Amino acid sequence: MKLWRFNGGLPSLAEHKNESVHLPIETAPVPKQLIYPLGQHIGSPAKPLVKVGDKVLRGQKIANAQGAISAPIHAGSSGTVVSIADHLIPHPSGFSAPSITIQTDGQDNSIEFKPQPDFRQLPATELVQLIRDAGLVGLGGAAFPTAVKLNTQNKVTPIDTLILNGAECEPYISCDDRLLKERAHHVVEGIEILLYITGAKRAILAVEDNIPDTFTSIQQAVAQNGNGAICAVQIPTIYPTGGEKQLIQTLTGKEVPSGNIPADIGIVSTNVGTVYAVQQAIIEGKPLTSRIITVTGEGVKKPHNLEVRIGTPINALIDVCQGYTKHADRLIMGGPMMGFALLNDEIPIVKATNCILVASQQEVITEKQAMPCIRCGLCASACPVSLMPQQLYWYSQSDQLEKAEKLNLFDCIECGCCDVVCPSHIPLVQHFRYAKSALKVQKHEKHLSNIARERFEAREKRIAREKAERAERARKKKAALQKKPAKEEIEAAVSRSKAKKTPLEEKD
Amino acid sequence: MHFLTSNAPFIEPQNSIQKMMLWVLIALTPGIATMVWQFGYGVLANIVICATTALIAEAVMLSLRGRPIRPFLSDLSAVVTAVLLALALPTLAPWWLPFIGALIAIVIAKHLYGGLGYNPFNPAMIAFAILIVSFPKSMTVWVLPQSLLPTGTSFLDVFTPLTDQQAKKALIDAITAATPLDEMKTQLNLSKTVEEIRTSSIFGNLAGQGWQWVSIAYLIGGLVLMYKKIITWHIPAGLLFGLFIISFIFYLVEPSIKPSPLFHLLSGGAMLGAFFIATDPVTAAASLKGRFIYGLLIGMLTYIIRTWGGYPEGIAFAVILINMAVPLIDHYTAPRVYGHK
Amino acid sequence: MSSLILIILFAALGILLGYVAIRFKVEGDPLVDKIDAVLPQTQCGQCNFPGCRPYAQAIANGEADINQCPPGGEAGIAALADLLGVDPKPLNEENGVEKATMVAVIDEETCIGCKLCIQACPVDAILGAPKHMHTVIEAECTGCELCLPPCPVECITMEPVTQTLNLWQWDKPDASPQKKDAP
Repeated sequence: MKLWRFNGGLPSLAEHKNESVHLPIETAPVPKQLIYPLGQHIGSPAKPLVKVGDKVLRGQKIANAQGAISAPIHAGSSGTVVSIADHLIPHPSGFSAPSITIQTDGQDNSIEFKPQPDFRQLPATELVQLIRDAGLVGLGGAAFPTAVKLNTQNKVTPIDTLILNGAECEPYISCDDRLLKERAHHVVEGIEILLYITGAKRAILAVEDNIPDTFTSIQQAVAQNGNGAICAVQIPTIYPTGGEKQLIQTLTGKEVPSGNIPADIGIVSTNVGTVYAVQQAIIEGKPLTSRIITVTGEGVKKPHNLEVRIGTPINALIDVCQGYTKHADRLIMGGPMMGFALLNDEIPIVKATNCILVASQQEVITEKQAMPCIRCGLCASACPVSLMPQQLYWYSQSDQLEKAEKLNLFDCIECGCCDVVCPSHIPLVQHFRYAKSALKVQKHEKHLSNIARERFEAREKRIAREKAERAERARKKKAALQKKPAKEEIEAAVSRSKAKKTPLEEKD
Repeated sequence: MHFLTSNAPFIEPQNSIQKMMLWVLIALTPGIATMVWQFGYGVLANIVICATTALIAEAVMLSLRGRPIRPFLSDLSAVVTAVLLALALPTLAPWWLPFIGALIAIVIAKHLYGGLGYNPFNPAMIAFAILIVSFPKSMTVWVLPQSLLPTGTSFLDVFTPLTDQQAKKALIDAITAATPLDEMKTQLNLSKTVEEIRTSSIFGNLAGQGWQWVSIAYLIGGLVLMYKKIITWHIPAGLLFGLFIISFIFYLVEPSIKPSPLFHLLSGGAMLGAFFIATDPVTAAASLKGRFIYGLLIGMLTYIIRTWGGYPEGIAFAVILINMAVPLIDHYTAPRVYGHK
Repeated sequence: MSSLILIILFAALGILLGYVAIRFKVEGDPLVDKIDAVLPQTQCGQCNFPGCRPYAQAIANGEADINQCPPGGEAGIAALADLLGVDPKPLNEENGVEKATMVAVIDEETCIGCKLCIQACPVDAILGAPKHMHTVIEAECTGCELCLPPCPVECITMEPVTQTLNLWQWDKPDASPQKKDAP
C-alpha cells in the first residue's frame, strides 16, 4: 500500500520498549477504592447520579453525560459510594476536582450486561447511542467522547476511510501492542462494527514496523475475519506517527485542514484500545470500566502490562509491580514525550491513561539549562506540522503572543520533537504551552471586558434616560402649574382637607 | 508516596551547541593543516592569538553583562568565531591584527548586539571588514606558498615579525606577494587578459598555487560537516551555485577578461565561506528554502564585488550585506504549515 | 526646458497623489475606539477620569498619558504604546499598583440593604433592592473597588478570583540561563 511521509519527526528516538513489550497482559486486582473524577473526558463533566451511601454494581452508571459533548461514567466494581468531593486529579496543574469515590466490597458483582452480538440488526444511530451509554471515550489519550466522533450521519462529506491507530509511537508504552498481539480478533470485530456505523468503504489498521510479531498476529486475525474492507499496514517507525493528523497523512496523503476534524475530509480515526472497548460494549454489552495500561520504568521493581479497573489509584498498581525501587524519581502519567509528572501516587487512573512511567534520574532528564536560541533550524526540520518553532519561541518569550498566534501556534500538537533536537536545550514545548494558555486567558479577559463595557454603557444610558425622564416630568409639572394661578390651587387643596376634617368636628 | 514534578519531554536532548561547534573545529583541521603545509606556521599563531583573546574577551563581557560564564564559554562558539577570523587573516600579520580582530568580533559584533544568538551580523566577517578597511596594508601582506619560496620558512620565522623590525622587513619583502585574486584583479585593471595573467608563477593548474589545495581541504571539511548533519546542503550549495552561475555566464560572454568559474570557486574565501562562514546559524536565514536563496545571493554578490568592487575578495562584505537581508528572506520563505494552503 | 518638464511632471504626480488620498481613503476606527478596546473596562476611575471611555478620549486628545491605568498594568501600557507608536513607560504608581484580579464580596451578616453600593457599581454587578439583601455577581465584578467607600457598615471585602481548571495557565519558563552555575 502506498504510504506518504510527514515532515520531520524523530526516527532515532530511543525506544525503551524492551522493558515491557514482551510482558503479557495481566489482570490487576480490584483495589480498595475506586476514584472517578467527573471531568475525565473532553467536554462537559459528567453529573453524578448516585449519592453518598449508595450501593453500586460493576458497570452501573454513576454519572450521566451532560450535553452533547460529554460521556457517562460507570463503576468499576461493586461497592458503596463514600464521597462525592474534590480529589486530586491527574492534570499538570495539580488541582483537585469533584470526583466520586467508591469503597469496593470485594464481591465484584456486575449489573446484567445486554450483549448485542447481532449488531447489524440495529440501525447505526442506535449503536452510537449504545456506545455513548457505555461511556466510551478515545483511549489513545485524548478522551474525546467516541459517540460524538461516530456521529457522522449528518456530515456533508461521507466517511470513506476508517483508520485504526495502533501506531504506539511513544517510548516505553506497549499496551496497544499487547492488545493487538493477544486480542486481535476482538479488535477486528470492533472494526467491523465501526465500518457498519460509519459506512466507510475501507478500514486501515496501522502499526509501526518495529513490532513485526504483532503485525503477523493482526494479519492472521484480519485474514480469519475475511472482511475484504479491512487491511493491516506497517508504517515506518518515526515519532510521532501515531498522532492522528500525522497518521492520516502517512496513510492517505491528505491533510486535515487547520481548525477542522478528520470527518470533514471523510476520515474517522480511532485508537485500537477504543475499538476493543466498542466491541466489548456492543457485542458483550459491557460498559467501559477497565482498560489496559503499561506500568514501567526503572522506578518499579517489576514492570507490567495490566488490565486495570478505571479509577484504580496508582499506588495499588505499584503494589502489583512489587513496589518502588530506590531509584524512583518521577511519576509520569503517559509517555516521556507527552506525559506529565504527578505529585503523588494517590491519583487515580482515568480513561485517558495509557501508561504509568516511574522513571529514575538516569532514564529521564529532569532539568536542563537553556542557552539562547542559535537559529540552527533543527526544530523546524523536526516539526511534523511544518511550523517554525524558533519563530514561535521568539514571540512567546517576548510576550508577543498575537504574533505567535498568527504563525499558527494553535496548530502545534505539543509532540516535543523540537524540544528534543534543540541544541540550546530550550524547553520549547513549555513556551508554547504557556503561550497557548496565556492567549486563551487573554481572550477570555477580553471577552469579560467587552461585557463590562456593554454593561457600563447600558448603565450610563439608563441613568441618562432616568435623568431625562425626571427632567421631563418636572418640566411638565412646572408647565401645568403655570396654567392655573398657584393661589387657586392652594385654596382648592385647603378646602379639600377641610372637607375631610369636618365630619369629625360635627360629631363633637 | 510524593514526587517532585517537572515538564515533558523527559527525554535527553539529542544535540548540544558544544557538540556542533566541536565538529566545526574538527572539520576545519584539514584546511588548517593544508594552510600550514602551504603557507607556514603563521596561521597557527593567528589562531592562538585570536582564540585566547576571544575567550578572555567573552569572559569579561559575560561578567559585565551579568550572565553565567561557564555554559557560554564551554559552548565553544567564541573559539569557532576566532578560528574563522584567524584563517581569514594574512599568516605573517603582526600580533596586534588578530588581537584587535578578535576583540572586535567578540565585543562589538557579538556581545554589544546581545551575545550568542542575538547578533544580526557574522562576527568574524565584521571583524575582517573593519580590519581590512582600517589597516589595508597589513591585511594584504600575504605569504607566498612554500613551493615558490627560495628557502621555505621555518617555525621560528613566525615570531620574527613580532620582534626585530629590520629582519621583519627583509622577511616580508622576500616571502610575500599579492594573493592570486588580488593579482588577477590588479592585472585585469591594467588591461591584461586572463591567459596572460595565468602564466605568472603564483597561479597553479586549478586556481592559485597553494590556495587551490587549501580550498579543496575546506571543501572536504565541509562535506564532513554535511555528512554529520551539522549543516545542511542548502547554504553551501546556494553559495557555490550562485558564484558558479554568475561567473559562468560572464566567462562565456568574455572569457578573455573574466576568470573561469573554477578559479572563482577555488580562490580566496569561497570554500571557507560556503561551508563555514555563511553557514553560521545565528546570522543565516531560518527556513531551508530561505537558506538556499541566502547562499545564492552571497555567491552572486561575492562575484560582483570581486569583479567590479573595490576589494579583491568579496566574501566578507557579501556575507554582511546579505545578513541584512535575512529578515526579508525569512518573511517570504516561511514553510507551508500542515493543514494550511 | 527640462526643468519645465520636471515641474509639470511633479505637479501632475502631486495632483494624482492628492486625488488618490481622497478617493481611496479607508475609513478606519476612530482612534478613541481603538484605545478604548485596549483598556480593561474596569471603570474604576483610578486614572482620574470617570470611566475608561473618557480616559481613552483624553489619550486620543493628548491630554492624558498612557501610563495611568493600574488594572491594565504593564501589558496595557505596552499595548497602548504599540497602538500609538510611542515608547512605553512605567505605570504611574500614584494611581495604584498592578494587582491580581480581585472580586468584591458582601458580608451578608453585616449588610443593611442601603443600596449605596448598588448605585456606586459602574457595571451593575450588585444585585439587590432597598432593605433587601445585596450580593455581588462574581462573574460581572471587574474589581474596580468603587463599592467599598460608600458602604456605611464596611461589609464589602475584595477576594481573589477563584481559580478554575479551564482558565488555569502554564507558568512561563525562564528564557535564558540565570547567573547561577549549571547544576
